[in-house]
Amino acid sequence: MSNPKYLLFPGCVIPYRLSSYEISARKVLAKLSVEIVEMPEYNCCGYPMDVINHDLMLTLAARNLCIAENVGLPIMTLCNGCFCSLNETNKILKEDKKLRDKINGYLKEVGMEFKGTTEVKHLIYVLSEDVGYERIKNAVVKPLTGIRVAQHSGCHVLRPRKYVGRDDPENPTTLKELIRLTGAECLDYMDETECCGNPIIGVNEDVPFQMAKEKLDHVRTAGAQALITVCPFCHIMFDLNQPRIERAFNEKFNMPVLHYPQLLGLAMGFSPEELALNELRVKPTELLNQIK
Amino acid sequence: MSETKSEAREYVPPVIKAEELDPKFKYKMSKMHGAEKVMVCFQCGTCTADCPIARFSEFYRPRRIARMVQLGLKDRLLLDKALWLCSSCFTCVDHCPQGVEIAGIVRVLRNMAAADKNLLPLVYKELATNLMKSGFVYEIPESRLQKRVEQGLPPLPKPNVKDVMKIFEVTGSACLLEKVQTFAKVESK
Repeated sequence: MSNPKYLLFPGCVIPYRLSSYEISARKVLAKLSVEIVEMPEYNCCGYPMDVINHDLMLTLAARNLCIAENVGLPIMTLCNGCFCSLNETNKILKEDKKLRDKINGYLKEVGMEFKGTTEVKHLIYVLSEDVGYERIKNAVVKPLTGIRVAQHSGCHVLRPRKYVGRDDPENPTTLKELIRLTGAECLDYMDETECCGNPIIGVNEDVPFQMAKEKLDHVRTAGAQALITVCPFCHIMFDLNQPRIERAFNEKFNMPVLHYPQLLGLAMGFSPEELALNELRVKPTELLNQIK
Repeated sequence: MSETKSEAREYVPPVIKAEELDPKFKYKMSKMHGAEKVMVCFQCGTCTADCPIARFSEFYRPRRIARMVQLGLKDRLLLDKALWLCSSCFTCVDHCPQGVEIAGIVRVLRNMAAADKNLLPLVYKELATNLMKSGFVYEIPESRLQKRVEQGLPPLPKPNVKDVMKIFEVTGSACLLEKVQTFAKVESK
């Protein structure tokens, strides 16, 4: 089987404040022989600009897609937001000639043209579809037997169904399967597919805090020792903001939140330091003691 | 809620004046990418029932937004800050039995609020400003870029800021951002 090769799209928020996700992702991908090429001159995926001007989002996303077309490689994103805008733009512009002509009109000003020859995948679909469960299972040398976790896939690797069209948005199984390969148990809990709330935290904190609090409640009730995410924004909501949520509701959760590659990395035999687990706000001390 | 019968009788529904209605608004909306199917919304309420934001906010009601578009209550829609509470989780889009993309409609309305009413939450103006300056929506400090390399990550590729700025200009976004009035927070209760 030939090795998958991707342009890595780290986005903005990961280099800005969540290197731990990128560090752990690169480690496990290398171990799984996924070849990573750095994405030259990329810019913001466009997602945060969709609220201001849809054409702006499409053009910023399309510029990145053009770079991938020129290099001749598909894009892998680590962030759900980047996956949303890049994948959606790629699909829309491939299908809608009128819109493609309009966006190409803008792109012409920067000397580019969208041709529709690339693909966009999120990390979890690279792992499940290209690497395959078998190969991941074989790379697990230290099964996390006895560890109980819950997953939060996040919205944009699942919805809207019409553009993502991979996992079942009502009952997603991809991340659960990926977790089970590590030997850990993946628990079911109430309202697993619900949003973390982070996208509106810039305009309102009350609603996202209540949403995240409810999720942490459900995850804890299920008996999970940690929550596993695959999106930097969801991770920030549950990990970085957890102390604020605890203060707001006067309640302790102490729920570690790991990036999926950190969990997989532990099962592959990487040390916690190699996976930047020390960068987490909520320290997974108990979990790491159990793994030792 | 212990509402007595007499209090219930005294309730006066809000009055909407006929001159507020723009009968052509729904046609204009249904030509916009993402809002094409707004006219087939039959008000079943699935979107509101399944909306995680509506569960925690008294102001945000996706079903009401769809109806207000059909009625042509353009100004009320665009000036209502609750419009900015949608988290774009796309649950409403996936669940709508009529295939109405409510989140798409909300996005179109937000674009209109920015372009026609010059209204934008401060956070988005800040992100856009960073993007025009640096190519990323966050200004990543030099120390961070160095730390990456110390941590064994490859240097972050340098964005082409000139291209990004050009895209802001040709899409009319740079001009739009100069004009917008910003507001910081949106109440949810």
